Amino acid sequence: MAGNGTNDRRGNLPPLSLHVPEPNFRPGDAVDFSHIGVTEPGAQPRPDEACEAAETHPLCNDLIRVLGDDDKAHGPWDPKLDPDTLRRMLQAMATTRAFDERMFRGQRQGKTSFYMKCTGEEATSISASMALADDDMVFPSYRQQGILIQRGYPLVEMINQIYSNAGDKLKGRQLPIMYCSREHSFYTISGNLATQLPQAVGYSMASAIKGDTRIAATWVGDGSTAEGDFHAACTFASVYRAPVILNVVNNQWAISSFSGFAGAENATFAARAIGYGIAGLRVDGNDALACYAAERWAANRARANAGPTLIEFFSYRAEGHSTSDDPSGYRSAQEREEWPLGDPVMRLKKHLIALGEWDEERQEEMDRKAAEAVKAATKEAEKLGTLGHGMHQPFETMFEDVYEEMPWHLREQCEQSLREKEIKFGKGDPK
Amino acid sequence: MSGSQTKKKPQQGADGERRLNMIEAINDALDVMMERDENVVVFGEDAGYFGGVFRCTAGLQEKYGKSRAFDAPISECGIMGVAVGMGAYGLRPVPEIQFADYIYPGYDQIVSEAARLRYRSAGEFTSPITIRSPYGGGIFGGQTHSQSPEALFTHISGVKTVVPSTPHDAKGLLIAAIEDNDPVLFFEPKRIYNGPFEGYYDKPAAAWRSHPDSATPEGYYKIELGKANVVREGEALTVLAYGTMVHVAKKVCEEKGVDAEVIDLRSLVPLDIDTIEASVEKTGKCLIVHEASRTSGFGAELSALVQERCFYHLEAPIERVTGFDTPYPHSLEWAYFPGPVRIGQAIDRLLQE
Repeated sequence: MAGNGTNDRRGNLPPLSLHVPEPNFRPGDAVDFSHIGVTEPGAQPRPDEACEAAETHPLCNDLIRVLGDDDKAHGPWDPKLDPDTLRRMLQAMATTRAFDERMFRGQRQGKTSFYMKCTGEEATSISASMALADDDMVFPSYRQQGILIQRGYPLVEMINQIYSNAGDKLKGRQLPIMYCSREHSFYTISGNLATQLPQAVGYSMASAIKGDTRIAATWVGDGSTAEGDFHAACTFASVYRAPVILNVVNNQWAISSFSGFAGAENATFAARAIGYGIAGLRVDGNDALACYAAERWAANRARANAGPTLIEFFSYRAEGHSTSDDPSGYRSAQEREEWPLGDPVMRLKKHLIALGEWDEERQEEMDRKAAEAVKAATKEAEKLGTLGHGMHQPFETMFEDVYEEMPWHLREQCEQSLREKEIKFGKGDPK
Repeated sequence: MSGSQTKKKPQQGADGERRLNMIEAINDALDVMMERDENVVVFGEDAGYFGGVFRCTAGLQEKYGKSRAFDAPISECGIMGVAVGMGAYGLRPVPEIQFADYIYPGYDQIVSEAARLRYRSAGEFTSPITIRSPYGGGIFGGQTHSQSPEALFTHISGVKTVVPSTPHDAKGLLIAAIEDNDPVLFFEPKRIYNGPFEGYYDKPAAAWRSHPDSATPEGYYKIELGKANVVREGEALTVLAYGTMVHVAKKVCEEKGVDAEVIDLRSLVPLDIDTIEASVEKTGKCLIVHEASRTSGFGAELSALVQERCFYHLEAPIERVTGFDTPYPHSLEWAYFPGPVRIGQAIDRLLQE
């Protein structure tokens, strides 16, 4: 008889069983994060930016940290930023936090359908973005509003988009927070996760093909590294040594699924770089200086034609996934309090105070002014309408930009929508 | 076929005209566009050094360099994703998907990204991409080298879908597709790469050289997307077809001596509705022929359009001749294929009315 039979290898082994990951803590559980390896700030080596990728690979299982418990910067990754730069960083963070607060409330007040905060993750976008050139194209996911704010995009434009109002440059076509601004080298956000990764690689390949100096950087959450697009992006980045930075913001949670469902029980996200043979760095995502330093290292490496870098920012999603999510249904409320890497804004503030370059009064003033600026922008945007209170765009705009030129079938459908409008609203504009 | 297509001396017909097969015509279009526009880049699996498994990109790497014509990893998701990024940068990418049957891993990047980039960014980012892909059956390719997935793309807002049927059209349509600022699916019927196919798999294959539509002018010319071609004029019925089926349907009409008007649609989106309407209003009868399977195929859309717009001119129910709703078979390929018998029966039914 051919074949090996079926019983030989079974012996006395128990039947197979499936491993389904389970987070350490569920609602009501006491939280103990002592298993998270919090490394010594300043203890991680900083390889040359043009080094062999393999030289970075020990850092994929380490955690690059700069800011210590003494609020001082330590070690070779200290980017040695001047106080003005640090204050600008803090300012962008304060504005982002004030913006998140107000937009979240706006959603609850019925001014829009949806909002997503980035609380606790500000450094992974703002500090990283400050390490890039303003014309490096960023391919964000949905929680990088800090980049737009850091790049000086007007708050009122952001709110117009969130309200899908008459001032919305995107003509009410996109879900709130799916911003886009070519002028700010901020690529249009997709709600289909991780699609932006191979696109960022392609953009950077194009830049290399044309002998440009601009690079690309992209952001993705821990959960969506499971998408095929992430792996396609890593392959293409590796194969063509594309001048791109792949940032993974590991905030531990993908809606209600913990990072274990993207493989975090078995390997770090930075360690994906090892298999692809690209540079990889694992960074304290709540340490603004470490975030800046890592992104700058990767940007310099890319610009020197030395290839791509995969960065894991190890952080924590302090709030719910979105306004549609209630995290008390799946995780312990204590996690946020017990998070061992602290809050990025507080840590940066304390560092500036420790340098003698800042104080609590000035911080209060900064926070107050940020809240006022957001409030003023909100009032300005509300003049142009809020979502669900009237249709703010001419019906024709629904049919424009599907193609460069409108084909006959869309023209016919556009005319139909205008007939429907007249039947429903008469000759006037819809209220 | 070996070495550089672009250096090869073109064949000449008896009338002295430049004769190309469809592979050479596609290669010629790529050559013309890469010469004219430095932002045109071609890439795909085996598409670089080797010049593609069907040799459509042969010689381009040698002529334009490795950074404009290169091989890609076996990742259609990655090929489409990087094409979208290159388009956003300002290049005019012409990626090749080796077989249309392999396009599905790249589907999300086409449908959710390339197709909607202009819309969702209100015109700040666009996808001037032409996705070339050999397509269709008739070569004993089995399930994974024979499919005709055009309806999966004609259903999508924001992409155009083009299927050429001759070398002359392939060149002119491909140039128009590459110059188009929207994403275009350019499906190349591989059964007619080397010669026209009239449905008789058991007869010797013909070469393009003796066919009038292999006359392919040198240099730049384009055929506007959305303009059908009436390949045979007639009064008795209208036949709507594209790709390989244009030749098969035309042959059946000739053999049966039917005074049919055969329309090669060339481009499905945008669709030349005016030519279709004018013809059906004249003939009163409409036969739709495609290789793809039947249910929710593009023929269903054509049938609905003809019914909606020409109802009072119709003298018989609209007929659809298609592949069957099975996976594409291997050994029974010619039982599956919508050949002369299936088309002939449909014509008989229409003319009996």
